[in-house]
Amino acid sequence: MEFVTPEGLRLDGRRPRELREMRAEIGAVSKANGSALFEMGNTKVLAAVYGPREVQNRSQQMSNQALVRCEYTMANFSTGDRMRKPKGDRRSTEISLVIRQTMEECILTHLMPRSQIDIFVQVLQADGGTRSACINAATLALADAGIPMRDIVTSCSAGYLNSNALLDLNYVEDSAGGPDVTVGFLPKLDKVTLLQMDAKLPIDVFEDVMELAIEGCKAIATYIRKVMLDHTKQLEYHRDG
Amino acid sequence: MGNLFVVYPQCSSDMRGLQLSLNHTQKIRLERAQERLKSLSSKGNSDASVVVADTIPLNYEDGVLKGHGTLDLNGEVVASICGVVERVNKLIYVRALRARYKPEVGDIVVGRVTEVAPKRWRLDINYSQDAVLMLSSMNLPDGIQRRRTAVDELNMRSIFEENDVICAEVRGLQHDGLHLQARSQKYGKLERGQLLIVSPYLIKRRKQHFHHLDQYGIDLILGCNGFIWIGEHVDPKEDAMIEDHVDKPEQKGLKFEGTLGNQVQEVYTPLKTRQNICRTANAIRVLSTLGFIMTVEVIMEIVNLSISLNIDVHEMLGSEFCVLTAEKEVERRSSSKKRG
Repeated sequence: MEFVTPEGLRLDGRRPRELREMRAEIGAVSKANGSALFEMGNTKVLAAVYGPREVQNRSQQMSNQALVRCEYTMANFSTGDRMRKPKGDRRSTEISLVIRQTMEECILTHLMPRSQIDIFVQVLQADGGTRSACINAATLALADAGIPMRDIVTSCSAGYLNSNALLDLNYVEDSAGGPDVTVGFLPKLDKVTLLQMDAKLPIDVFEDVMELAIEGCKAIATYIRKVMLDHTKQLEYHRDG
Repeated sequence: MGNLFVVYPQCSSDMRGLQLSLNHTQKIRLERAQERLKSLSSKGNSDASVVVADTIPLNYEDGVLKGHGTLDLNGEVVASICGVVERVNKLIYVRALRARYKPEVGDIVVGRVTEVAPKRWRLDINYSQDAVLMLSSMNLPDGIQRRRTAVDELNMRSIFEENDVICAEVRGLQHDGLHLQARSQKYGKLERGQLLIVSPYLIKRRKQHFHHLDQYGIDLILGCNGFIWIGEHVDPKEDAMIEDHVDKPEQKGLKFEGTLGNQVQEVYTPLKTRQNICRTANAIRVLSTLGFIMTVEVIMEIVNLSISLNIDVHEMLGSEFCVLTAEKEVERRSSSKKRG
């Protein structure tokens, strides 16, 4: 199958090095301590953060740092075929773990000892790159909850199809079976916190693809920071009495 | 490598919980009010607002103290939360906006009992842990000061049960968590009213957090933790007994049991008072959705606005009143700015 036309256009009309349109909204869940909605093209993810709050299971309490928990779920209506997925299937357990580890890395957990932070991410529409979208949404939700962080984490995926490095794969490109590199990146510290790849890739090509994914992360970070700043300013001038 | 093609859309920053269906005129009025608020704000439009991982510019190099919400990164001061940069002499810190409650000693808080544990109650006060109220750090209902006995411990549920709403003062952080105290008659169980939960950044620490609104016959407690209590006014029991009891404890004890017995019989709140409670609660809800700071003056202004416009209690949560509240707040801020 041809994923990049000779004119250099992808199936959805993007260039190989083009991100889908992003949209982020802070404060989508009124009862949560922090929440955000993040859209990347047709992928749409809702994140809600509760805490830091009292640990529910006393035996998990840690006296020197906070406990971070994460739950990833996909809505039944998020994919093309409506399937009843059992809660806690292997795929969502794995993604929950990935998101938890990525977020835990940037949260300053030692500032909130003996407490717990719950992150719930729900995929409302899945069109490839759900785990990146989840990490981006979780970052926004954590910032909204006022949880201190080392840096913001952003995530983006990149792939390699028809000997072209492609940024931000959608569902069709993702299911083509080619390599898919997901990167989680700390833009301020200039560090990679997450790197996942399925399928194989020659080392020199891999570096290009990863470089591209990092570029994507940086672009997403610019947008996320803008959204956060606008929101902070709005809160401040509303409050200011 | 070439540049990326990125489309940055316009952000739409919606207001939390404001799922109102505004018509066209209302939308324009609200937008105009927001514009006015923005121009009136002293810090909102300056570059004092920071987000996570922003570098905070330093005006003078030597010896800055890094306070809350900041990190040191290769000599730079970096924000770790979203908020507003505050500078006090050499101290630089970031004042958080939306966050859970950060206790300070002496704060007056309202909380809900989550657990009755040995010699203590655990309270949810919107902090990162449950707060602890020891049996020994509160006045017993009979007003006698003495050692707490095993009998008192067994009778703890007769003082506070699970899910009771309590008002107390922050005593400080001990090794086993945050401790509260309730050593005065003004603290204790809150009954016959409503508890509202708002974000703590909307409540300013002031000298007075207990308010008796005489004309409405209600009590308003603005807890520093964002828990607001609105209830029927109760007359504070004479504080004098704390000093008196030393000489004649038995007599006082007996007297108190008598008054407690009387209170149980009379549990009726007049309709007018209940309406006033709901009206005040709705005023606070509107202010909370708009994210305006809550002082007793602002709340009363909104309550009076709703009365003067003859708006029913249930209509106060509608879109029209929300816009009116925003416009009223603009008016208030601009007039206070002129005066100041």
